[in-house]
Amino acid sequence: MNEHALGLITGVAFGFLLQKGRVLRFDKQVGAMQLRDMTILKFMLSAILVGMVGFYLLKAAGVITLGHKAMNVGAVVLGGLLFGGGWAVMGYCPGTAVGALGEGRWGAIFAIAGMLAGAALYAELFPMLRTTVLAWKDFGKLGLPETLGLSPWIIIPVFWAIVLALFVWFEKKKL
Amino acid sequence: MKWKTLDGGWSPYLAGALAGLLAVASAVATTKLMGKTSYLGTSTTFVRAAGMLEGAVAPEHVKNNAYFTKEKVQVDWQFMLVAGILLGAFISARTDRSFKLEAVPPLWAERFGAGVMRRAAFAFLGGVVAMFGVRLADGCPSGHGLSGMMQLSTSGFAALCVFFGMGMVVARLVYGGRRHE
Repeated sequence: MNEHALGLITGVAFGFLLQKGRVLRFDKQVGAMQLRDMTILKFMLSAILVGMVGFYLLKAAGVITLGHKAMNVGAVVLGGLLFGGGWAVMGYCPGTAVGALGEGRWGAIFAIAGMLAGAALYAELFPMLRTTVLAWKDFGKLGLPETLGLSPWIIIPVFWAIVLALFVWFEKKKL
Repeated sequence: MKWKTLDGGWSPYLAGALAGLLAVASAVATTKLMGKTSYLGTSTTFVRAAGMLEGAVAPEHVKNNAYFTKEKVQVDWQFMLVAGILLGAFISARTDRSFKLEAVPPLWAERFGAGVMRRAAFAFLGGVVAMFGVRLADGCPSGHGLSGMMQLSTSGFAALCVFFGMGMVVARLVYGGRRHE
């Protein structure tokens, strides 16, 4: 099997699960932002709970290497604010826009077109951003264990406890 | 807690946990096959696709652009992953009868009417701003949110908090506050 076949198979499985979890819908995405329907948070956090245990076990076993993205403060905060605003109006994130198209919500094509234009715009402005926002303050490729000075085997159980409590609350409030 | 939702979907807890297993399996498979661990993500593919489209009109311009050069305009593992998401969602929706041709999402129509042009214009504008932001932040809810938080990346936790916090503020401004039905 080659790189392309593996990507396609993984994507089909991921798209299948996203659709089955009903997280591809505009109404679910905006519903979460309105704190009305927590479907997408239930999906994401469940995936994260399972994934973080798997990743850290595999890392300890020497099977995989972690690949943190840089904690570049200006980039994450400013980029995050722009993304959050655009996400609310568009009602999809990049992956779910493509998935939404797959489940027939063809209006997502306008969001996808906008995102392609946004990517092209970013490429044009990249030389300028590299010397400004991206150069403000970069803490580098850090994980919470280094940032907090705690073992991942302390952070993971604490995170599990917080998320499970959140799930109980979601179910109680029927969110 | 039910494993199936009323419309024939799966519990988001179940589908999410399976997506977590998929992320772990994918990390192992990419390491074995490509020699380096690749994590689920989607937004870099938009850069590559934009580069390909732009390259069809102005190939020199794309070749000389520092960002396109950095991200490499080519069909790679992640590009196929994004294509797979389209196909996987289609298969799932067709087989459980939740496939539906729809131009304007119900919640949007309720607030702003069923006009396609207005929805298209705002979806496009939202897309431009969101993708610009996500490239600046270097990751989307898949790359930063799922893959980043699974790895306990500091940037993943920070990014998802900012994404969601700002999303809440703007959603409130655009669609109004929480409704009690």
